[in-house]
Amino acid sequence: MNSCFINGIGCVSAQNTFENTFFEDAIDISNLNIVKAIKPNYKSFIPPASIRRMSAGVKNSIVASSVAIKEASADQLDGIIVGTGLGCIQDSENFLNKMIGYNEEYLTPTAFIQSTHNTVSGQIALKLKCKAYNFTYVNTGGSFQSALIDGLLMFEGEEANNILIGGVDEHAEYTNKLYQAIGYYRQDEEGKKNILKQRKSGVIPGEGASYFVLGNEQSDSTYAKILDVQLVNKLDQIDLPSFILDFLSKNELKLDEIDVVILGNNGDDEFDTYYDEASSIFESSTLLYYKHLFGEFLTSSSVATYIAAKILREQVIPEHLLGEQKVRKSDKIGNILIYNQYRGKDHSLILMEDV
Amino acid sequence: MDRGVAISGMGIVSAIGMNAKENFEALKKGQHGISEVELVDTILKENILVGEIKKSNQELEQILKLPTPNSFSRSSMLGMIAIKEAFRDAEIQVKDNTSMAFVNSTTVGGMDMVEKFYDSFLTDKKNQHYISVNDAGSNTHLMADYFNIKGFVTTISTACSSAANAIMLGARLIKSGRAEKVVVGGMDGLCKFTLNGFNTLMLQSNGFNKPFDDERVGLNLGEGAAYLILESQSSLQKRDKTPLAYLTGYANANDAYHQTASSEQGEGAFLAMKKAFEVAGIQPEQVDYINAHGTATPNNDLSEGRALLNFFENKIPDFSSTKPFTGHTLAAAASIEAVFSILALRENIIYPNLNFKTKMKEFDLTPQIEIKKKEVNTVLSNSFGFGGNCSSLIFEK
Repeated sequence: MNSCFINGIGCVSAQNTFENTFFEDAIDISNLNIVKAIKPNYKSFIPPASIRRMSAGVKNSIVASSVAIKEASADQLDGIIVGTGLGCIQDSENFLNKMIGYNEEYLTPTAFIQSTHNTVSGQIALKLKCKAYNFTYVNTGGSFQSALIDGLLMFEGEEANNILIGGVDEHAEYTNKLYQAIGYYRQDEEGKKNILKQRKSGVIPGEGASYFVLGNEQSDSTYAKILDVQLVNKLDQIDLPSFILDFLSKNELKLDEIDVVILGNNGDDEFDTYYDEASSIFESSTLLYYKHLFGEFLTSSSVATYIAAKILREQVIPEHLLGEQKVRKSDKIGNILIYNQYRGKDHSLILMEDV
Repeated sequence: MDRGVAISGMGIVSAIGMNAKENFEALKKGQHGISEVELVDTILKENILVGEIKKSNQELEQILKLPTPNSFSRSSMLGMIAIKEAFRDAEIQVKDNTSMAFVNSTTVGGMDMVEKFYDSFLTDKKNQHYISVNDAGSNTHLMADYFNIKGFVTTISTACSSAANAIMLGARLIKSGRAEKVVVGGMDGLCKFTLNGFNTLMLQSNGFNKPFDDERVGLNLGEGAAYLILESQSSLQKRDKTPLAYLTGYANANDAYHQTASSEQGEGAFLAMKKAFEVAGIQPEQVDYINAHGTATPNNDLSEGRALLNFFENKIPDFSSTKPFTGHTLAAAASIEAVFSILALRENIIYPNLNFKTKMKEFDLTPQIEIKKKEVNTVLSNSFGFGGNCSSLIFEK
């Protein structure tokens, strides 16, 4: 059974994660109703003709994965595994708009081809000429975690040396309106929204693409080790503490050995109570938040994974992740636990350790 | 000896039947399920033939005794009918499901409902509940709730190989000890989105699809769902259950050639088969029957044919595509064909490749065209999809 190290990362998000200055400074997004990712310079990575044709999610994925692969110096990948909650929603919307708008006439294939859920993983394989294992998970708030679990299975089964794992979601205009209509996303509102303090119905939607090269060997570029990942689709709040405790004991860890817990609070008053429940059992761990800086999207825990990996390598906790909390442990950061759920479903735990 | 992963139950709905028995009877009689479009409101009705299940959504709701309004898509309802049969077959009660894992797959998800109400969603609140199944995973979650499954639940979408990959992940979950029982498979209902999409690609035939025929012009899209229950040996022993068959080999590889087309030599297909045999630890000559992907598009059958010839070094075992019976059911195809493969093992029968007349010019390859009784111990099933996605599964008695 092999270990699983994070050896390279590329993260395109609403913060300067791609430029790697996010730990020094955060951009205030609290006045936004829709949080968009900062566009990287696509031209350095993608031919101009493709830039026009590709949707944001595909472009961000190509850029982020290239950076991750370069950092890890992973010449050969034994797998490409992508998680995406909404898939290539811009192209789906595009094809739907035309199909319905023109009553099934005058349609062209491009948007349909690109709307396929596994477009991203297929495009990355095509770009790298990578004939290895290629999977795509589309499992709402558990898409990225499913990809991670698949990756862990590959290392446990000694099926791989290096694999690429990613989480990606993109905005699409009409789809955002639809989710606003059913209250999943907040209605547009004026002014600043402190989602960590003032809870309301619905979330502020975000987007992003985070890619990780996972390897079975530690190297100079190693950030951290992924110890375990668990995902269950449904959990009553009352069962959350035992879900966390069972997971930790399976990994031979006690509560006070978790130095940092990264929580997915997104300001939705109906479901943030899960995070309250989780927080209540960690008395000595430092609690961190990130969705007030990135928005909420179905693969947002990939951003939390980026944050955890960087904290473990640099042994620094950026103040802007603390919310109203304080650093409770000031010594060495050894273990980080990420807990996430989306609308009361897809409860996941990601456990990482420093190297 | 490592016998792979046991299959303890299966369920299927397709254009040739609402359960395994009906499907098998149709296969034996050579009765296909390809027809004109009746249930999808599309202007393409006159141009295409499809493998449509002639049951309206209301009829599916009645079969499942669903309360209305509900947010189940057509794909989900087809899936749930198949899963019910798989549970019955495996003799698993709904109350036992809490420790079960569920690996679903779909390409359509809730698109059939979204496209129906897309224009009116913002003005008509009545159908807004269908917005919640806009993403594929939410369909899976609703199904998991229906069956009281509360463990590891996920959804795969890799185009036309989706269900093969769901089956593969399920097997790996069991081998790793992460699960004891897993429901695996795929589902896809027909909808305007896919009919029009394949129409823009000019991949659909206006006649009956003819896999591996020189005059093949394209595929017939189909709809359906099929699921297997994969189970660990220890779990089977605990409840003294004899398995239907074993999944011994599985692999996925990428063609890395083109977003929608397969490479000329079928390199991805070759690699998937090669790895699957390595996992199974058996030799290619042990295969008694190949259930080919065989979509009847000019590109697939040429590429797959070449990959088969290369891999089996020109000595190809009996093979056929069953897509002339069901149509190409996209995400469900590999699990539907997994059920057909298991039935071939159990009943010692291999199925005809309907509509075949003329060998392709490019090579000397004739599929099985008559139903044939023979001892079947090992079956290879191939599935390939957009994004260069290629998967192979090996089933054994």
